[in-house]
Amino acid sequence: MSVVETVVDGADLARRRFIVSTAAAGGGLAIGFLWPEAARAAWTSAPAPADQIGPINAFIDIGTDGAITFVMPKSEMGQGVYTGLSQLLAEELECDLAHVRIVTAPVAAVYNNPFVPAQFTGGSMSISTSWQSLRLAGAMARTQLIEAAARRWGVAASQCSAELEVVHGPGGRRTAYGELAADAGKLPAPDPRTLKLKTPDEFRLIGKPVKRLEVREKVDGSGKFGLDVRVPGMLRAMLARPPALGATPRHIDDAAALAVRDVLRVVPLKAGVAVVARNTHAAKMGRDRLVVDWDIPAGSVLDTERERARYLPLSATESELVARSDGDARTSLGAADAKHLEAVYEVPYLAHAPMEPLNCAAHWREDRCDIWTGTQMQSPDQAAAAAIAGLPPHQVFVHTMLLGGGFGRRANPASDFVSEAVELSRKIAGPVQVVWTREDDMHGGWYRPMWTNRLRAALDRAGKPQAWYHTLVGQSIMAGTIFQGMVKNGIDPTSVEGAAELPYAIPNLRVDLHTTTAPMHVLWWRSVGHSNTAFATESFLDECAAAAGRDPLDYRRALLTGPKQARHRAVLELLAQKSGWGGALPAGHARGVAIHESFGSMVGEVAEVSLENGLPRVHRVVAVIHCGLAVNPRMIAAQLESAVNFGLSAALYGEITFADGKPGQSNFDTYPVVRMGEAPRVEAHIVPSTDAPTGVGEPGTPPIAPAVANALFALTGKRIRRLPMLRGGKFTA
Amino acid sequence: MIKLDVNGEVHTLDVDAQMPLLWALRDVLNMTGTKFGCGMALCGACTVHVDGVATRSCVLPVAAAAGRKITTIEAIGGTPIGKAVQDAWIAIDVPQCGYCQSGQIMSAASLLAKTRAPTDAQIDAAMSGNICRCGAYGRIRAAIHKAAANGGAES
Repeated sequence: MSVVETVVDGADLARRRFIVSTAAAGGGLAIGFLWPEAARAAWTSAPAPADQIGPINAFIDIGTDGAITFVMPKSEMGQGVYTGLSQLLAEELECDLAHVRIVTAPVAAVYNNPFVPAQFTGGSMSISTSWQSLRLAGAMARTQLIEAAARRWGVAASQCSAELEVVHGPGGRRTAYGELAADAGKLPAPDPRTLKLKTPDEFRLIGKPVKRLEVREKVDGSGKFGLDVRVPGMLRAMLARPPALGATPRHIDDAAALAVRDVLRVVPLKAGVAVVARNTHAAKMGRDRLVVDWDIPAGSVLDTERERARYLPLSATESELVARSDGDARTSLGAADAKHLEAVYEVPYLAHAPMEPLNCAAHWREDRCDIWTGTQMQSPDQAAAAAIAGLPPHQVFVHTMLLGGGFGRRANPASDFVSEAVELSRKIAGPVQVVWTREDDMHGGWYRPMWTNRLRAALDRAGKPQAWYHTLVGQSIMAGTIFQGMVKNGIDPTSVEGAAELPYAIPNLRVDLHTTTAPMHVLWWRSVGHSNTAFATESFLDECAAAAGRDPLDYRRALLTGPKQARHRAVLELLAQKSGWGGALPAGHARGVAIHESFGSMVGEVAEVSLENGLPRVHRVVAVIHCGLAVNPRMIAAQLESAVNFGLSAALYGEITFADGKPGQSNFDTYPVVRMGEAPRVEAHIVPSTDAPTGVGEPGTPPIAPAVANALFALTGKRIRRLPMLRGGKFTA
Repeated sequence: MIKLDVNGEVHTLDVDAQMPLLWALRDVLNMTGTKFGCGMALCGACTVHVDGVATRSCVLPVAAAAGRKITTIEAIGGTPIGKAVQDAWIAIDVPQCGYCQSGQIMSAASLLAKTRAPTDAQIDAAMSGNICRCGAYGRIRAAIHKAAANGGAES
């Protein structure tokens, strides 16, 4: 049986009995885990009898049969969030994870991210933002269960304790959670301020290498991803999508499409022209036979080489958008006795290419709309769907399925793949699943932006950088979206992240930004701005080390001396030790190093490379992370392995190009990714820490491109300043 | 009408003969364990066994599969090798997002049926058609070795 279920409606609710919490949470808690009326309404279309529901703790349900259910407010896309959040809840609830069933949360304010008033999964912050609240939710439920037992036995709660779903009392008394659930559900919620959470030495689950809870359904084919949703009567649809941003159909010839067996209708939508069919094969055959004459607006024809040519001179000009200014970098750069360095680093547009092509099933009715999809953006999707459905948001039910990869593509503030499905379902008044092909995804935009970085440095006689000036040129991800409010003084923080916080001790430092516009939607891609800035800064720092005639790891160590760089130093030391830095290597092999902070965590990587038939080959990557307390070392290691391969695919091959509006990549033949034979051996290490947890899903990606590029420089003496490293099967350095 | 033998059960399908086996499984038989990834036999997510041979179902017309024995992820655990592979996958915690794993497991089971103790080079050759965007390759390799050690003797 599957661990994960996504049913979230009244019938489902009525089957359950929820652990309790009536009173509002005590002050001081930013996120309530108590259930507001609006959230309960979202769960139930037909109110269940009050005595069957009881007041609710929004994250934990204990049935009278002892069945334990955890409600997951975050999307599982491989990062292990269901397991990690369950560890937090179970640690304080005192239950066995093997007994836990998981349901995905409905959309409700109680499940919002505490820092951004929206329910979404991203920014590598699921664990860090749940660290206090979910342990408290577990502790509150446990406290109520103990109190219920104490009252039943006529003893003080302080004489009782809980262990593995059983409350123990004086004289060997013991009662299972299931038998206490109903009584506990009637008790008032304890004031969270009165609860004492365990300290790390008391942890039974946190910090342990717990295995993925939903692993079985991911090896026997039973796990349900968005594309696996089957709703009675559900049709399938595929869209002819505009060949350029803003293009609209001037004329549609649907005769050939409608002649395809099992094709039912052709329906123009905002996002394109939908071919609706009884099955996906027919929808695709019909879509491919649709003849659409597109009206392409002037200025929407993208040519990435022309963009590069435009970005390059811009990068040589100062911008008023200054992300950081220490000392006087511009004057210091001109110092006559200094050694001067200047280089341009470029990265292309990238597609996320998750294994599961985008899709969404929607069922619009006059009084409710259901959406089944793998999304990272539940509440923005609900709001977008509500507007299209003509319904209030609480009548839109988002069923979050397993995500066949996300990497940011399923976190679209514009809700593209959800909106089109809702619009189509409303127009045909029935359930329909819109399916994207791989080509639709690769041509369809919402890419990691292309960037041009110009870096300049001046080194003193000892080789230490006295000035550093980094100018970035590229598109903003947040501007014009629901995240516009995070753009401060014209600077999108995701554009300069990783550049503006350069950790090295350099007295004169300037980072400025030219924000461009281009006829292409851009979006966060695993590690967002860091995927560009780590490559530019860590490669250029390596250039400085080489110019200074210094060992690259020692050079970094000497510049990471401040009190704020203690974590950097800890990572560098473990990295040097585990990688055998400076030790002997096989002939024709070389090492490169890079270290980068992102999402609160520090990751250093050492790559060992060689050239085989003239092409780069990465043999081994040692990755060290400092992410505070390691909630699940097993999952953290898996994320580092994943992040390295994901970043390596981009570093070696990843590039989306357009020539006069024509896309240069369509599928995995023209957009290659790392396969089994090319994947390096990844050795993951975690710096021990009891600090609060920080990000894990993304921070392993930024350092791999510069670590490999620096290793190839050490091997060949050639500096790689543009990604990807291979174009058309040729090494481009 | 096309007769399709899937996991030992014969189904009669009234579909376009050119419909890829993948969509016949997923949309007609509602067996969703076999995944759509690329539609061009480039990623391996749709891998099934046809007469015991790992085959990309996204490019195999359903008519060409008629009368042949098709095994999918839903039934591979019923074979000693398939079970050994799934057990090893669980023991090593291979899946991350999990979407490609049906195809990975079908390819691995096919490899082990022919080669009981594959070398790393044989694993590279047999598994290079299966993409994992989560990059779980190291664990896939380790799990194949483990399954070979555990399952080889039984098969």
